[in-house]
Amino acid sequence: MASTAKRSLTLEEGGFAVFTGLIALYCLMAAAKTTDAVMAFHAWVGLALSLIGIFAIFKGYTKRKENPPQTIDGLPNYQLGPIKFASFMAMFWGIAGFTVGLVIALQLAYPALNFNLPWTNFGRLRPLHTSAVIFAFGGNVLLATSFYIVQRTCQTRIAGNTAPWFVVAGYNAFILIAGTGYLLGVTQGKEYAEPEWYADLWLTIVWVVYLLVFLATLWKRKEPHIYVANWFFLAFIVTIAMLHLVNNATVPVSIFGTKSYIVWSGVQDAMTQWWYGHNAVGFFLTAGFLAIMYYFIPKRADRPVYSYRLSIVHFWSLIFLYIWAGPHHLHYTALPQWSQTLGMTFSVMLWMPSWGGMINGLMTLSGAWDKLRTDPVLRMMVVSVAFYGMSTFEGPLMSVRAVNSLSHYTDWTIGHVHSGALGWVAFVSFGALYCLVPWIWNRKGVYSLKLVNWHFWVATIGIVLYISAMWVSGIMQGLMWRAYNALGFLEYSFIETVEAMHPFYVIRALGGALFVVGALIMAYNLWMTVQHGEVETASAKPALAPAE
Amino acid sequence: MNRHAIFEKNSIVLTVGILVMVAIGGLVELVPNFYLKSTIEKVDGMRPYTPLELAGRNIYVREGCYLCHSQMIRTLRDEVERYGPYSLAAESMYDHPFQWGSKRTGPDLARVGGKYSDDWHVQHLVDPRSVSPASVMPGYPFLAKAKLTGEDIVDHLKVNALLGVPYSDEMIEAARADFLAQANPDAADDIDGFEARYPKAVARDFDGNPEAVTEMDALVAYLQMLGTLVDFNLYDGKADINLR
Repeated sequence: MASTAKRSLTLEEGGFAVFTGLIALYCLMAAAKTTDAVMAFHAWVGLALSLIGIFAIFKGYTKRKENPPQTIDGLPNYQLGPIKFASFMAMFWGIAGFTVGLVIALQLAYPALNFNLPWTNFGRLRPLHTSAVIFAFGGNVLLATSFYIVQRTCQTRIAGNTAPWFVVAGYNAFILIAGTGYLLGVTQGKEYAEPEWYADLWLTIVWVVYLLVFLATLWKRKEPHIYVANWFFLAFIVTIAMLHLVNNATVPVSIFGTKSYIVWSGVQDAMTQWWYGHNAVGFFLTAGFLAIMYYFIPKRADRPVYSYRLSIVHFWSLIFLYIWAGPHHLHYTALPQWSQTLGMTFSVMLWMPSWGGMINGLMTLSGAWDKLRTDPVLRMMVVSVAFYGMSTFEGPLMSVRAVNSLSHYTDWTIGHVHSGALGWVAFVSFGALYCLVPWIWNRKGVYSLKLVNWHFWVATIGIVLYISAMWVSGIMQGLMWRAYNALGFLEYSFIETVEAMHPFYVIRALGGALFVVGALIMAYNLWMTVQHGEVETASAKPALAPAE
Repeated sequence: MNRHAIFEKNSIVLTVGILVMVAIGGLVELVPNFYLKSTIEKVDGMRPYTPLELAGRNIYVREGCYLCHSQMIRTLRDEVERYGPYSLAAESMYDHPFQWGSKRTGPDLARVGGKYSDDWHVQHLVDPRSVSPASVMPGYPFLAKAKLTGEDIVDHLKVNALLGVPYSDEMIEAARADFLAQANPDAADDIDGFEARYPKAVARDFDGNPEAVTEMDALVAYLQMLGTLVDFNLYDGKADINLR
C-alpha cells in the first residue's frame, strides 16, 4: 500500500462500507417490520449510526492525499486517531457512569429519588451504572491502551486503517444500544450480561475484528518478542470472547423484537452466569488492566519490570486459576457442593498469582520510590496496585464458605467490588490516561500536576469512605440476619436490618460524590492539556525502552 | 526460562496456549452439571409457568428486581427459619434465565407466594412505603396502568418449549386463552381446562381491576406462585438421590 503512495479506496474500506450498508438495510427492515417500540428506536439509531459510518469512510477517503504510509523517516507511523477517540469516550462514559452510580447510591438512602417512573427506577439504573463503568469506561480505556501499547511494543503501525476505527466506533455503538435499552426495559436479566441478543451479536462482530486487528499487529511486529502487556491483552480478548458467546447463548422470540430467552436454565444457568461473571472480573477488569500496569508503571517510573520470571509464572497461573473461581458466588445454594468446593479451593489459590502480579508491579519502583513524592500520576498507579493487592486478598477470604455465609447477599460484596473497581481499575486507568493523553496529543506533560494531586486525594478519601461504610453495613446486616434472641427466635425482622443501613448508605453516597468530583477535576485537566498544553518538540519525545 | 520463548515469539502458539489454559476450568465445572443426575433433585409438583405468570416473570426481569431480591434460600438455619425450606435446584429448572440474585437489599422472594394478599402486593408495588414505612424500594405505579393483550404470548411459550420447558401442544394452542382466563376467570370459557393444564395455578383478578389485564396482574400472579409448587411435607431431602 505504502509503495504506491497514491490514494485509492482500499479493499478494507470498501468491505467495511458494504458491511455497514448491509447493517443499515437490516435496521431499515427492522424499523419497518417491528411492533416493538424499543426495537424500532434501536433500529433507527442503528440506521443513523451506520449511515454516519459509511459517510466517515468516504470522507476519510476524499480528504487524504495518499494512503497512510507504514513508516515516516524510518519511524513507525502510529495510528493515533482511534486511541484519541477511545480516550475521549473513556472520560465521557467514566463521568456518566460514576454519576449514575452516585444517583443510585442516593436512591438507596432516599428512595423518593426513584420518582416512581419506569426509566428512573433503581432496577433499570443499576445495570446502566455497572455497564457504564465496566464496559463503557473500562472498555474504552482498554481499547485505547491496547491499541497504543501493541503499536509501541511491536514498533509498527497498527494493522488496518478502517478496522481499528470500526472497533472503537462499533464498541461505543454497542454501549449506546445497551445503555438506552436498559432505560427502556430491555435486559436479559443476567448481571453484567444484560444487553439483549441483537446488541450481543453486534458486540461479537466488533470483538472478532478487535482480535484480528490485535493479532495482525503482532504478526507485523519489528520486535522478536511479544511484550508481556500484550500477553495479558490477548488473554483478555480471547477469554472475553469465549465467556460472552457461552453465557449469552439465547433464542429471540422474534428477529424483529427485543426479547429473548437464555438457552440455559436454573442451576446450569447460575453456574454459567458466574463462570462468566467472575471472569468478567478476572479477564476484563484484571488481565486487561494488568497489561496497563505492565506498560505504564515501568514507563512512568523509568525502571524495567521487576522480574521477567515472575511475570511468566504470574501470567499463566493467573489465567489458569481464575476461570475456576465462579462457584464461590453460589455457596450454600442449590449448586452441587462439589462445584462450590472446587470454586472455593481455586479462589484461595488465586491469591498467590494475584499477589505475584502486585509484587511485580510494586517492586518495579525499586530505585525510583522517591518519584512518589513528586509525581502524583505515578502515585495514583502505585496506589492502584496496592488496592489490587488488598482486594485480591479480600476476595479469597470472602470465597471461603464460612465467611461467605456471612458476607453473601450483603453490602460487603458491594464494598469489595468497589475497592477493586475504584481503587484498582479506575485508579490505574486514571494514571494511564494522565500518561497517554499528553503522549498521543503530543504535549510535554499534563496541564497541571497540582490538579492531579487534588484528584488523587479527593478520590482516595472517597474510596475510603465508600469501602469502610460498606464493610460496616455489610457485616452488620449479615450479623443481624443471623442473630437469635434468648428465646431462640430470630432477633430482627428484615425491615429492621434495612433501617440500620441508612447512615452507611449516606456515607457511601458521600464517598461516591467525592469520586465524581475527582473525575470532573481530571476531565478539566485533560481538556486543558489537549487545548492549551505545551507542544512537545520531536527530538524530546520519550525514547522507547526495550521490551524486556 | 528460554523455553518460554516459543510463546513470546509466536502469537498463534500464545493464543492456543491461552485458550487451553482458560478452557480447562470451565469445562470441568460446567459440563458435569448437564449430565450428572444428582444436579437436579427429583420432586413432584413442578410445572411450567402459566402464560400470565411467564409474562409477569418477564416484567420481574425487565424491572431488574433480581438486583435487590434473591430467589435462593441457602441451607442455613436462619434463612430456613426466615424464608422457609431451602431452595431446590428443581424449583428453578424451567427458569430462562435463572433469577437467584446476588444481593438482598430487600428480602428473599423464593417463597413469597401466598404470604401476602393480592391487595397488599398491589399497594406495596404502587407505593412501598405506604405498607412498609422503612422500605427503600422504588414505586411501580405504572404497572397498574400498562395493559397487556397477550397477543404474542404463544411465541414466548414456543421458544420456551424449544429450550426444553415441557409446554405441551395443548398448552401452546391455548396460551392466549389461558393468559386471559387466569386474570379474569369469570369471563373465561374453559377455566377447567386451564386448571387441568397448570395444577395449583390460581385464577383471579390479581390487581383488583376487572376491566383490563395489566402488567400488575401478571407480576402479582407470578409473585403469588413463587415457591408454592413443591410440597415440602412430601419432599425427602435426605433421600440418597437428593443429596447434593
